[in-house]
Amino acid sequence: MDIGWYLVVSAIIFAIGVTGVLTKRNPLVVLLCLELMLNAGNLALIAFSRMWGNGDGQVFAIVVMVVAAAEVTVGLGLIVAIFRRRLPIDVDELRELQG
Amino acid sequence: MSATTYAWMVLAAPLAGTIVIALGWRVWRGRIAGWIGTGAIGLAFLCAIGVLVRLEDRPEERRQLVSSLWTYAKSAGLDVQMSILVDPLSVMMILVVTGVSTLIHLYSVSYMSSDRGFTRFFAYLNFFVFSMLLLVLAANFVVLIVGWAFVGAASYLLISFWFRRRTATRAGIKAFVINVVGDVGLVLGTFILFDKTGTVDFVGVFGAAGHEFSRNDGTLVVACLLLLVGAFAKSAQVPLHMWLPDAMEGPTPVSALIHAATMVTAGVYLIARMHPLFLQAPTAGDVGAVIGAITLLLAGVIGLAQTDLKRVIAYSTMSQIGYMIMGVSAGAYWAGMFHLMTHAFFKALLFMAAGSIIGAMANVQSLDRMSGFRRAMPFTFGCFVVGGLALAAVPPFSGFWSKDAILAFLGNEGGWHWALYVAGYVGALLTGLYTGRMVFRAFWGDPCPEAQELAGGHLHHADEPRNPADGSLEDTDVGFPGPHHQIAEREVPMKVAMGILAVLAAVAGFLQVPGVTHVVETFLAPTFAGDPGYAPDEPTWLTILGLSLSTVISLGSLGIAYVVWVRRPGTAPRIRERVPALARLLERAAYFDDALDVLVVRPAAACGRFAQQTFERVVVEGAIVGGPVSVVRASSAAVRAIQSGLLRSYVALLLLGVAGIALYFLTQAT
Repeated sequence: MDIGWYLVVSAIIFAIGVTGVLTKRNPLVVLLCLELMLNAGNLALIAFSRMWGNGDGQVFAIVVMVVAAAEVTVGLGLIVAIFRRRLPIDVDELRELQG
Repeated sequence: MSATTYAWMVLAAPLAGTIVIALGWRVWRGRIAGWIGTGAIGLAFLCAIGVLVRLEDRPEERRQLVSSLWTYAKSAGLDVQMSILVDPLSVMMILVVTGVSTLIHLYSVSYMSSDRGFTRFFAYLNFFVFSMLLLVLAANFVVLIVGWAFVGAASYLLISFWFRRRTATRAGIKAFVINVVGDVGLVLGTFILFDKTGTVDFVGVFGAAGHEFSRNDGTLVVACLLLLVGAFAKSAQVPLHMWLPDAMEGPTPVSALIHAATMVTAGVYLIARMHPLFLQAPTAGDVGAVIGAITLLLAGVIGLAQTDLKRVIAYSTMSQIGYMIMGVSAGAYWAGMFHLMTHAFFKALLFMAAGSIIGAMANVQSLDRMSGFRRAMPFTFGCFVVGGLALAAVPPFSGFWSKDAILAFLGNEGGWHWALYVAGYVGALLTGLYTGRMVFRAFWGDPCPEAQELAGGHLHHADEPRNPADGSLEDTDVGFPGPHHQIAEREVPMKVAMGILAVLAAVAGFLQVPGVTHVVETFLAPTFAGDPGYAPDEPTWLTILGLSLSTVISLGSLGIAYVVWVRRPGTAPRIRERVPALARLLERAAYFDDALDVLVVRPAAACGRFAQQTFERVVVEGAIVGGPVSVVRASSAAVRAIQSGLLRSYVALLLLGVAGIALYFLTQAT
């Protein structure tokens, strides 16, 4: 099977994720879309791994999963903190760090 | 020990005194610092006597010794040693400087004892003496300039000693700035001489001067004139004299030490030291002689109209230094040095006696307020009269012999030197008049309240101390004039110092009586005898005429002063009313200060204001600093605008960036 198809699927998922990050204002949904982008990357890595016939790509995919897990932990922790302090759950409203 | 070892010790003692007193300022209580300072200078004086004895042991043609401790600076073509030159001229100077300074230190121990800055005072005083000794012992131009500048710095510190007095700090700045003008002249003169002769050692330069320069060579004349600028600034000659009268803001012992006995004589010493150069450049010598003559007349006339006791003595110093400058510039080297010595004695004595009177007046210096101290202060009166008689050149006091030695030399020279000769005798008349004026106004007449109080056994102390210069209230918290005053009648150290000086002022002239004794001339002969223009002291008909003329003039002028200020007390104000313009001219010191103010001070201040208010604000702050600042500010504003805080816009920028990089690599790849 041609590798092109895998990459097309990966690109579509990535584009969906990007669109979600750019358009959604709920931090929870933004996190979900980030996960989509990461997993799109993973898919591409696995496909390349298959193409070359060695395990390097799979190693990268596992590293990306670890990073994703860590990122989710921090991200969810932030969302809980936002919720606890009764701040608006909206990334556009949380913009104190402007120059 | 050899002569040079003693000479190094002469230098070391005051330096050690300065360091010990200055570093131990917390430790020294009471008068200890004063005794340390006096001891250090006394030791230097003993060493100077050691130098004298060792030098006299040597044969006459080998009395010029150079000793070097270490290399001061060495680079291409320049070799400067930290070296001293010991010859009769420098030995005479160190003897006068250390001897008179010891007595002035002794006097200061009492005079300054109630001052808060007592320890500081003696540290400065020792430093001053060290600088002066370095100046006179220097064996090359570089060490000379170092000593020269140290003397200027020390005089600044001592004139501004009471630093809470605005008048004193201003006077200190003025003295320093005018002295720096002289320093520049000296340094430029040295450059020229180094350029032409390739060495800065005195011996080398003098040796080269004979064959390197023709007689009255233009370059040499310019170099000598530049050296004269240095000499004029230090010795307060017209037109660089304005600092000296103002320098009377310092404590009275400072006036005695710096502005009478030692510092102002540095110019005279410089000319005498440079005599081989001046002999090759007689034009420069003539300029010096004329300036000296102008100064002695001008200062004498101004001295007649001043009312501040110390200022009168200051102008008399200027006038007497004028005699010395006139003498040494015209070639009367030993006579000029002789007058330098006697003047150091009687002028220090006069200042000390004036300090005693000022103490009795509780720091009032105006002659208008003083009168009738004759009965109340017999010792001070006696000393002042001895000093005054020596100053007015009444025989047989010391000033008579020394002043006449200069004038007899000028008379024997003939030619246009006759004009200087006449100026000298007119100056002698003025000297007698202002000396008589001081003596008769301060000591004769009805006793003033302070004198009556003193006669009743109580020393007057002012309720609120005031600055004698401008009448403003003094800040006694920091320094003098402390609550107590000292007068010679009650303080042994003051009395001893003045007594010794009074004896010296009376008898020092007998060292050199024409046709009888030749001590000064023989002593200095090894230094000057090689000169073609050297004239041994042989009495001629002119000498006899001069001595008798001098006697008549001094006694006559004192007689006139007696009539004007004692017998007919209203005479002086009547003369003043007759010629108000002249009186004002003299009271304002011939408008030299006003001219300086208009020509130098105000333009300089205007330049300063322009630089501060216009140049700095527009050019420095506006263009040089403001340009880069506005660039940085604009670019940072642009960068700041991106930081919106909107998470999604960050993501969009990030994606655009990544997409841009990816596109770039894709296009490159194909």
